[in-house]
Amino acid sequence: MGQTLRVTVNGEARSDEVEPRLLLVHYLRETCGLTGTHVGCDTSQCGACTVLLDGAAVKSCNMLALQADGAEITTIEGLAPEGGLHPLQTAFWENHGLQCGYCTPGFIMAAAALLAENHDPSDEEIGRGLEGNLCRCTGYVNIRKAVKAAAQAMREGAAAPIGG
Amino acid sequence: MAVTQLIGARVQRREDPRLITGHGRFMEDHTLPGLTHLAVVRSPHPHALILGIDTAAARALPGVLAVFTAADFHKVLSGSMPVTPSFAPEKKYVPERFPIADREVCFQGEPVAVVVANDRYLAADAADLVHVTYEPLPAVVDPEGAMNPGSPLVHTDGPDNIGWDMTYAGGDIDAAFSRAEVVVKERIIQQRLAPSAMETRGVMASYSPYSEDLTLWLSSQNPHFIRLFVSGAMGIPESRVRVVSPDVGGGFGSKISPYPEDYLVPAASKLLGRPVRWIETRTESVMTTIHGRGQVFTAEAAALRDGTLLGLRLTQVLDLGAYHGTFGAFQACACLMAGGVYRWEAISARTVGVLTNKVPTDPYRGAGRPEGTHLCERMVDRVADELGMDPAELRRKNFAREFPFVNNFGLTYDSGNYDGTLDRAMELSDYQGWRQRQASARDEGRLIGIGLSTWVEICGLGPSAATAGATGGIALVESAQIRFLPSGSVAAYVGTHAHGQGHDTTFSQLVAETLGVPLEAVDLRHGDTAEGPAFGYGTYGSRSLSVGGMALYTASQEILAKARKLAAHLLEASPDDLEFTAGAFTVRGNPQAKKTIQEVALASYGGNLPAGMEQGLEAVSHFDPPNFVWPFGAHVCVAEVDRETGAVEILSYTGVDDCGNVINPMIVEGQVQGGIAQSIAQALFEEVVYDGESGQLVTGTMLDYLVPTMNELPTPQLDRTVTPSPTNALGVKGIGEAGTIAASAAVINAVCDALRPLGIHHVDMPASPDRLWRLMQEAGR
Repeated sequence: MGQTLRVTVNGEARSDEVEPRLLLVHYLRETCGLTGTHVGCDTSQCGACTVLLDGAAVKSCNMLALQADGAEITTIEGLAPEGGLHPLQTAFWENHGLQCGYCTPGFIMAAAALLAENHDPSDEEIGRGLEGNLCRCTGYVNIRKAVKAAAQAMREGAAAPIGG
Repeated sequence: MAVTQLIGARVQRREDPRLITGHGRFMEDHTLPGLTHLAVVRSPHPHALILGIDTAAARALPGVLAVFTAADFHKVLSGSMPVTPSFAPEKKYVPERFPIADREVCFQGEPVAVVVANDRYLAADAADLVHVTYEPLPAVVDPEGAMNPGSPLVHTDGPDNIGWDMTYAGGDIDAAFSRAEVVVKERIIQQRLAPSAMETRGVMASYSPYSEDLTLWLSSQNPHFIRLFVSGAMGIPESRVRVVSPDVGGGFGSKISPYPEDYLVPAASKLLGRPVRWIETRTESVMTTIHGRGQVFTAEAAALRDGTLLGLRLTQVLDLGAYHGTFGAFQACACLMAGGVYRWEAISARTVGVLTNKVPTDPYRGAGRPEGTHLCERMVDRVADELGMDPAELRRKNFAREFPFVNNFGLTYDSGNYDGTLDRAMELSDYQGWRQRQASARDEGRLIGIGLSTWVEICGLGPSAATAGATGGIALVESAQIRFLPSGSVAAYVGTHAHGQGHDTTFSQLVAETLGVPLEAVDLRHGDTAEGPAFGYGTYGSRSLSVGGMALYTASQEILAKARKLAAHLLEASPDDLEFTAGAFTVRGNPQAKKTIQEVALASYGGNLPAGMEQGLEAVSHFDPPNFVWPFGAHVCVAEVDRETGAVEILSYTGVDDCGNVINPMIVEGQVQGGIAQSIAQALFEEVVYDGESGQLVTGTMLDYLVPTMNELPTPQLDRTVTPSPTNALGVKGIGEAGTIAASAAVINAVCDALRPLGIHHVDMPASPDRLWRLMQEAGR
């Protein structure tokens, strides 16, 4: 038996009938067709499914879609205006912060939440902010570099942070 | 080849715009009209007989379309899953493997039934309703115990548990040991590892009974081999099977060999007449995707008092799991590479592949080479320790210095400069400074150690003479196809498969530079068997550039040769009088007489061609390398062990590697950083644990299997030297596995060096706080 879910996803107000047990990540991927949010584990370790829920980073595999009722959700597809790039996206590109790219949307969304609160994070603060995300390709060196570069670009006013 | 505008440049990746915006297209992002969802019912027992399968409750659940068991699959699948000769051609026992268990399950997670439903949640529900009655049998867990004649059997109908038992003899080992002034012995464990690509496996299949063809989407490093295997098992002509491996979220070797689901999903599509998709959960992945390593080495090294290495004698006991991995015996190359970068009089290496009731092992990033390097570098350090020599000095005393260098097993190292990388690594890491700081730290009671790893690898698989036999017939050469379209844009197809390595970028750099066209004009395609050459050989073994890149290079040269003839015709000159620079042919001495490659491409589709020339400007090339390639390097790790907790902190990590010429240094650095991280993860954190009695997987999720986060890993300092490979025109080697091969030995050598004052000479992996704390407690008694 479906229930009505009302959410705003990437600025679009939606109303959908969903099964009570539907996970938020599957709602986003299958109902909304936003496949940039990935599933990498089933015990909420990897963070590939991270999205912003009212500005906070959440693991969308770890909550039911209905728990997001009334919320504003931002996924990787909605982080920057259509055709543009958020400073984090630019920084991941410029600093080779991704290889296979599977974990990347989750890292970028978690970093977006971090930078919204902390405009100049230290290495340690970046580590704490991204401790819920796993990458198997990069060894994290260039991810840390990218987050620092993005923070600097944002401080210099290249663009306004989303969800901040 | 000199560094030119594009080759050698830090070009930003062309893959990234889609991946950073959420527009990558991974396996699970693909769907089809009428798609159904498959879930696998798996054995909870490592070893049991199947007494009965009751599917009634599952079938009765609304939305469930079918429940299939082995009996159903026997109607559409035949044969046994493939096992290649690899480095153990003479196998003693190869159990047959059908993709789904019939009578007996031999590892936890082995498929016993599948459920297909309209919805993935329903499929999972229904899988829980399939009731299987088992009669549990004793589980064989320990590979060394499994070698004993009285051991329980992994397969009840097997003769014993020995998959292979063979010895590689490289020189007169008894003579070498007879001259020994010092002999050290060690037992070195390579724990099982879960490759843990962030994207799990997945398969979607659509079989059409009308055209009798099959399209398969799967997350694979190796789509053409999967097409070959699946078409054979299903009895569909290879030409009517299309395999698409789209964006793939990491492989690390775990997506090379075929898996049961690669057969079961298309077979279910054929049985049901609907498209079917299965996506592996992480829990399924840790349990049923291949594991790597899983080896126990016993080794002894003989040397003279002055540090001259004489002989190395070793036995590798390789935990095969319940079946041979398709390329499982590749891991025996640990034996062939156990001599590392040193001159030995003789090496004798016995490899024993032993079956156990666990998921099969197969190549995982480095595949045999990390194990061989770890063994060699540990033994060399043990000799230095025994002689009281500085480990750097002992290494230098024994380095191979004349190239080509033929090792004890007849393998020919193409080029090297082991002093060069070690010198630079010692300088960059401040090795001598750390030795002084170590001494003062020891005076304060702190445990600081410095570890070296001077490594070499065999990669660039591989010459047909060596590889055709190893796969059972198909040489691991590489193919490429390049086409100029009339407008001057270039479509390039390769048989390798990128899943993070950035080939779209580096290969485009290579093609654009060679053909003299803008980077934007090149479209690089891979991963779809419906495009490009007839066969592609996949990406593994750091082969893509030195074999696949060379195929692109030779195809480019063929195109240029034809273009030169056509340009000469158009310019009314002799081909020999033309120069090709910056994408244009000019007549020597008359630069006004000029045809750009794009003009030539357009003309090639026209009517004014030299006599006998066909239309078009395209080429297919297969590159068969004359030898493997042999990257090398030197890594230095400085680590401190906490006396109270046993925790290891890496204080400094330095890697100086040499992979010959480089197309894109940014990508090379990224590969090394990631490789080092995976190897440090083995050294300090990761281990697949099975309960020794029950055979149950203990580390079943990412809660227990410790893939490190950002906070557990250092930022390595990196540098490179450049010693081109003489075996290919580009002078390139490979870099995908280098960090993984190098780092574990550097880290464990550092930990052992730190613990030396306590009388501890060897530590196994992972060097967890728990393990080190216990060792220190025992040493203190």
